[in-house]
Amino acid sequence: MPWRLLRFALSKKHPEPRMFTRHDRLKPAYDVVIIGGGGHGLAAAYYLAREHGITNVCVLEKGYIGGGNTGRNTTIIRSNYLTPEGVQFYDESVRLWQDLAQDFDLNLFYSNRGHYTLAHTDAALRTSRWRAEVNKHFGIDSEVVGPEVVKKAAPMIDLSCGGHAPILGALYHAPGAVARHDAVAWGYGRGADMRGVEIHQRTEVLGIGVVGGKVAGVRTNRGNIATNKVLCAVAGATPRILDMVGIRSPIYIHPLQAMVSEPVKPWLDPILVSGSLHVYISQSARGELVMGASLDPYEVQSTRSTFDFPESLSAHMLDMFPFLSNVKVMRQWAGMADMTPDFAPIMGRTPVEGFYLDGGWGTWGFKATPVCGKTMAYTVANDREHTLITGFGLDRFRNFALTGEKGAASVGH
Amino acid sequence: MKIMTCPVNGPRAISEFAYGGEIRSMPDPATCSDDEWADYVFNRNGSPGVKREWWCHLPSNTWFVAERDTARDVVLRTYLYEGEG
Ligand SMILES: Cc1cc2nc3c(=O)[nH]c(=O)nc-3n(C[C@H](O)[C@H](O)[C@H](O)COP(=O)(O)OP(=O)(O)OC[C@H]3O[C@@H](n4cnc5c(N)ncnc54)[C@H](O)[C@@H]3O)c2cc1C
Repeated sequence: MPWRLLRFALSKKHPEPRMFTRHDRLKPAYDVVIIGGGGHGLAAAYYLAREHGITNVCVLEKGYIGGGNTGRNTTIIRSNYLTPEGVQFYDESVRLWQDLAQDFDLNLFYSNRGHYTLAHTDAALRTSRWRAEVNKHFGIDSEVVGPEVVKKAAPMIDLSCGGHAPILGALYHAPGAVARHDAVAWGYGRGADMRGVEIHQRTEVLGIGVVGGKVAGVRTNRGNIATNKVLCAVAGATPRILDMVGIRSPIYIHPLQAMVSEPVKPWLDPILVSGSLHVYISQSARGELVMGASLDPYEVQSTRSTFDFPESLSAHMLDMFPFLSNVKVMRQWAGMADMTPDFAPIMGRTPVEGFYLDGGWGTWGFKATPVCGKTMAYTVANDREHTLITGFGLDRFRNFALTGEKGAASVGH
Repeated sequence: MKIMTCPVNGPRAISEFAYGGEIRSMPDPATCSDDEWADYVFNRNGSPGVKREWWCHLPSNTWFVAERDTARDVVLRTYLYEGEG
């Protein structure tokens, strides 16, 4: 036991500063109000303060920080997407992840594992080749490998998948990683807090005042705030906030579920995804198998989970790893995924002046937390989109100019 | 929600059904503006509430209407489509 812990036992008062400052009341006005204390909102607050010197900022969170999709996700980080816009954007995020733990002085358990997207059909193999070529063009480590490479990386795998979905190859992405989700929210939150940003938990936004097409203020369960800039980073609650400012969007909400097994000895190093079997799996530092699938098939606006989920996910998991049949499922949960028709996010300015949107993050937005924070902070500070997000504007739908990422984001989040 | 009641076949496991989205009326593509058409094609009512939705009982290929509370995931009523209004 480190000796410094003794201080906590001996001292009557908490001997170190708390992780976050507590603010008893809201100020009457802020330069920027950020709705949503998930990773995205907190990261935007952090970069606003650190890179743009804007610190008269509050983050309003209706529950507790990181309690939304940030704390529910399966933490896969990668950049092997399909569109040039996506690939460059996620690549910058992977770069930002590298020194984040240093920056925060907090262990994010960032663990570089390598990521395999398994192909069981010719069509899947073709998409893999396509992705590999786009990726390589932008200098990203991404290549198509044969089944023997998969077997070497995960020796316990049944390459025939029970005989009915033989693995023909895989898209291998060496930078693929996992990280500790809570710590990401805390690190960004603490970094913002230290620089003067106020974080208000249990503070729900109930309305947004718009006067003459411009944001004028925000109504919360703890009082009203005047502000000219609002950043909306609420993932599964995005349509509700957009209703407050009268903006229509293509975002629809379906639950995404996940589960973990009891902890077992380390046996799986890489992250594996199978689009055909609708499963993905990695092993956490604690030994739990972290497993997920694709979206629930219909709209639900709550975080309920269902029994058919572990049932069908386990059946497919056993196709890949028959030896897991005696391993127990320990927990399951769900998050509300804010989906878009092209599986790309919606970011940037909106028709309401001073209302900035960072949403449509669906099932794939954890990996983008750093780059979203950085580019949205830039966009809010300058009232102009950062060049990395110009492909993600809300007006792309009106212009029938989608950014099609479905081939790279539907199961492998 | 684990059971859905098909108006023709009665209560069945939800896995026998496919969801077809909220019922929306299509503007006339010959006369509507590009913006109206794009709004119809892409935009959705994404907030929670009681919605009228298309559902299909797959084994019998029966399309019907379900009124469902998407916040509580509770089906209030199912019936066969009888046109608008
Ligand atoms: C099961 C699951 C697995 C996933 N796996 C991956 C993965 O492997 N890799 C990946 O990159 N992504 C993954 N994702 C997606 C990822 O989790 C999200 O895209 C990302 O965490 C979104 O972060 P956020 O900060 O925008 O939203 P959130 O973390 O959801 O934060 C939004 C916050 O806004 C708050 N809020 C909402 N309404 C209001 C209001 N009116 N007033 C105040 N506060 C409000 C909420 O309480 C919430 O805390 C997964 C998601 C799920 C559900």
